[in-house]
Amino acid sequence: MAFASDNPSLTASLLYLDGVSVSFDGYKALRGLSLTLMPNEMRAIIGPNGAGKTTMMDIITGKTRPDEGDVFFAGEHDLTKLDEAEIAELGIGRKFQKPTVFEHHTVTDNILLSLKAPRQSLATLFGRTTAAQSQRIEEVLHIIRLHAHGDRQAGALSHGQKQWLEIGMLLAQDPQLLLVDEPVAGMTDAETAQTAELLREIAKDHSVVVVEHDMTFVRDLGVKVTVLHEGSVLAEGPLDVVSADPRVIEVYLGR
Amino acid sequence: MMQSLLNLLDLRGRIFLGCLAAVIIIVPICTLLIPAGSMLHMPTYVVALLGKYLCYALLALALDLVWGYCGILSLGHGAFFALGGYAMGMYLMRQIGTRGVYADPILPDFMVFLNYKVLPMTWWGFQSFPYALLMVILVPGLLAFVFGWFAFRSRVTGVYLSIITQALTYALLLAFFRNDMGFGGNNGLTDFKDILGFNVQADGTRVVLLMLSALALAAGYMVARAVTMSKFGKVVIAIRDAESRARFLGYRVETYKLVVFVLSAIMAGIAGALYVPQVGIINPSDFSPANSIEAVIWVAVGGRGTLIGAALGALIVNFGKTYFTGALPELWLFALGMLFVLVTLFLPKGVLGVIDDVMERRRISKRKPMAAE
Amino acid sequence: MSLTFRSLPILAAFFFIFAILGHGLSPARADASDDIFANFATDKFSDTEKAVVGLAASATPNSLTILEALADGRLYFDASTKIVYFKSTDGALYVATSNAKAADVNAAALKKVRLNNTVRSALQSAQGSMGLLAADPARRRSAAEAVFKAHDIAALPAVDLALTRETDSRVKLAFTQARAAILAYDTTATDLQRLTAIDVLRERADQDTLGHLSAIAASSDGRIKTAAQAGMTAIQSRLSLLSGVQNIWYGLSLGSVLLLAAIGLAITFGVMGVINMAHGEMVMLGAYTTFVVQDWIRVHNPALFDYSLLIALPLAFLVTAIVGMMIERIVIRYLYGRPLETLLATFGVSLVLQQAVRSIFGANNREVGAPSFMAGSFDLGGLAITSGRMWIVFFTILVFGLLQLMLKTTSFGLRMRAVTQNRRMASAMGIDTNRIYAMAFGLGSGIAGIAGVALSQIDNVSPNLGQSYIIDSFMVVVFGGVGNLWGTLVAAFTLGIANKFLEPMVGAVLGKILLLVFIIVFIQKRPRGLFAQKGRAVEV
Repeated sequence: MAFASDNPSLTASLLYLDGVSVSFDGYKALRGLSLTLMPNEMRAIIGPNGAGKTTMMDIITGKTRPDEGDVFFAGEHDLTKLDEAEIAELGIGRKFQKPTVFEHHTVTDNILLSLKAPRQSLATLFGRTTAAQSQRIEEVLHIIRLHAHGDRQAGALSHGQKQWLEIGMLLAQDPQLLLVDEPVAGMTDAETAQTAELLREIAKDHSVVVVEHDMTFVRDLGVKVTVLHEGSVLAEGPLDVVSADPRVIEVYLGR
Repeated sequence: MMQSLLNLLDLRGRIFLGCLAAVIIIVPICTLLIPAGSMLHMPTYVVALLGKYLCYALLALALDLVWGYCGILSLGHGAFFALGGYAMGMYLMRQIGTRGVYADPILPDFMVFLNYKVLPMTWWGFQSFPYALLMVILVPGLLAFVFGWFAFRSRVTGVYLSIITQALTYALLLAFFRNDMGFGGNNGLTDFKDILGFNVQADGTRVVLLMLSALALAAGYMVARAVTMSKFGKVVIAIRDAESRARFLGYRVETYKLVVFVLSAIMAGIAGALYVPQVGIINPSDFSPANSIEAVIWVAVGGRGTLIGAALGALIVNFGKTYFTGALPELWLFALGMLFVLVTLFLPKGVLGVIDDVMERRRISKRKPMAAE
Repeated sequence: MSLTFRSLPILAAFFFIFAILGHGLSPARADASDDIFANFATDKFSDTEKAVVGLAASATPNSLTILEALADGRLYFDASTKIVYFKSTDGALYVATSNAKAADVNAAALKKVRLNNTVRSALQSAQGSMGLLAADPARRRSAAEAVFKAHDIAALPAVDLALTRETDSRVKLAFTQARAAILAYDTTATDLQRLTAIDVLRERADQDTLGHLSAIAASSDGRIKTAAQAGMTAIQSRLSLLSGVQNIWYGLSLGSVLLLAAIGLAITFGVMGVINMAHGEMVMLGAYTTFVVQDWIRVHNPALFDYSLLIALPLAFLVTAIVGMMIERIVIRYLYGRPLETLLATFGVSLVLQQAVRSIFGANNREVGAPSFMAGSFDLGGLAITSGRMWIVFFTILVFGLLQLMLKTTSFGLRMRAVTQNRRMASAMGIDTNRIYAMAFGLGSGIAGIAGVALSQIDNVSPNLGQSYIIDSFMVVVFGGVGNLWGTLVAAFTLGIANKFLEPMVGAVLGKILLLVFIIVFIQKRPRGLFAQKGRAVEV
């Protein structure tokens, strides 16, 4: 294991995974996965089912501990030693595959709870919403096109709206790194295009990792692509290069 | 501050507090001032019964706080209630002094009977009322803290948590049945004489205890309301609905759960402490798992996540219980059992939830013709 | 003095043995036995003692019967005629000398032959020595045991003699041990003899032997003392090992009860994820089915009683499986995916079932009898084993094995495992998941029902029977790891054995509390139990 300062690619990176392996009851979900993400980079991750995409996100966000390998954030924080809340506080936000919002709260309250603010119980018990916070909530609602629905219960939103709300919650959280798992699953073509635009907007001042199956959407994003297969990186590069790689065609894209 | 407290109360909350205020005003008049022959006179047993129900309502409120708002179905809240009750019972036992059968100035009767020579350490200090009050809060609170600390940190949730809370109260039940625990074994604590110098049997004392119970319920409601309406409360509901989402947003889920759980346990303990002088006995059967589950159904009947509904449910079910066990004792368990089944199948939101739905529908149907114009 | 007193009956026995050896069972000379019997009729203890000794020596065919009658207070004499009578165990009166039925007896004149301690002890020795050559091996053995306990030097010749004639190996061992007990105490024997004897005793290793050795150690010195003490240490360690094994057996027995109660729950909760709080009531219904079956048999066909449990098993399975499927169809299926609501609704069902049974059968305990093959107990290498408990252990293992076999080999088992792993996928493959759920629930309930049949043998059959098992069952399933039947097995036996080892140390109630606390702590360390399934599939 390398010391953080010894390794130039580590110190420059925002997210650094090296030789990460994890297995569940003998099933190897990740085998020696290595991946480096630079600050303000957006990366698309593709790969067949079971390639380890979601497991990788679980490891980055502290939900799953790797059996071996290094996971560093911003070149200094060892993510394998932190729990979900600590990692979230460091500035890593995550959007789940299945849209997960607080269904019994209003859209506004969903954003309010996500805003960058003290998370301790005492602070929330006696804290009040400031004018600046209310203003920020309005901004986020506009970005995710839900400003007309602020008072609705999140549970009453459509599937696509829930996806956006969840992205909005990430925005409100203002993390350095966003992990976005299949943001356009179940969306209409129009919604998909809008979502791609939304993510490009966000990527201007955040680093983003997007996992997606939808190739049109990945093409819309226009970023570097990493192909995962059987728990490790199969290919990496611009989509055109990657999609011409015979191995990628073999395991994922099909002929 | 007052202003913000009032803001917390919606119409329903004001009605609820108004009813409690009415109880506090009317009961002493009807019991103490109106003579026994009058139609409006309230006999002692009704006072005792009403006082008991109010304590149950506070327990239900406490349970609603964890179950309705935080999604923790505790099947062991009866344990916190009983621990609060035992703390108060120990104070009351120490007050008996030389009036007991064995007339020992220090040792309660059962200890003399079991050949205790000195007062066990657990009983030290209970001659002092403030100390007993402290224990009423501290003992259930500490148990909830220790239990919750481990359970929530290791992310025991859902059914598993329910089962181990049940095991917790079951273990306490077995423990308190043992004579060498020094809490009166299966007879528990009883034959109380007076509280703060007032005879616990006297009408005046009973009325005051009932008024205190109503006050405690009102205060408990206000606290619970304040907590659930704050941003803290929103986080708690968020945890209930999507725990991992809350975690990935950076909230320390275990801390939030712990705070709610401990607060709820303390409320349950206070309810138990008010209950014991009014019913005149506390024994290990109060720890029995069935009691705790019965409290859950009060909350379910009234409507969980509504606070007032929980209190209401406790009152409804217990009035029903009193009626049935008097009139048709055979049928009570059938009725209670069917209540469990029917409420979960057909009334998942409880009585208050149904009222909400009806009002919501009426509001929508009212709005529609206006929109059409 | 004491030596002569003690040796008198033994010598008599010796003569008696010779008499038998010499003459077979030829009738004794009448004059001798008349004298002997006359001594019974004098109403003097010293004469009675002589009579006992004489009788033992005379080899009268019925002397054992008469000594027995004397011991039981069934020996009489007519004070005027000096004729001695004995009553048989069924109350008929016989003449002692002729062994013929007595006629024309003046009952008022009959006096009981009295016993004092001296006579009683002579009687015991006489009976003991005569027993050494009794025809029944069990009787010879118990006689040997008596000698072993008394370790009377005077019995040595009789034992030696009996030893030479013995053919039954178990009785022979008993004689050898009796002989060793005598020699080990015998200060006149050589050191070598005594040491060999102590070695034999050491092999025997039980509480009595421990007593002998400690007495020997206290009364001797040198090599004997050392050997006796070494023997004591060896026996003590063997005894503690034995009590350990005994505890394990008790633990297995308790564990099988836990397993039996929990195994149905392991299916409904562990495999289907349904919390059935009415599970205990299924056990209760099974027990009541047994009661009804036995009641019917008692009235209509008592000869079938030994088969009552066998008849009750399928019936109990059927009754509880049907009740379980009804609960699933009427209540639980509307609550899939809402485990906490299921918990509350099934608790309601449990209250209804309890009250229903209370209304029909009353609140009191009902008597369920044990068939003859399950009654009694036996000794296995120093272990006391109750037949009923042993059958329950066997039965539990059988049920567990059959269940595993069914899940692994039948198409229903395959479908059930498929539905468990991925309900939607199974449904897409054309499996009727609703039916499988109902059947699986019926299976779990049915097993609870047959558990009830077994538990009716060791617990009170009352409407509250189920409540006492439900928490324990949940603990077992959760401890073992949900969704894992083998885990349930290991958990049940672990908890059972741990409980029985804790009991002697801290008492039954505290032991149980400690285990509950242990499980509460354990679940917090490993929320998914001993044998947890890992990975994404188990995320709720």
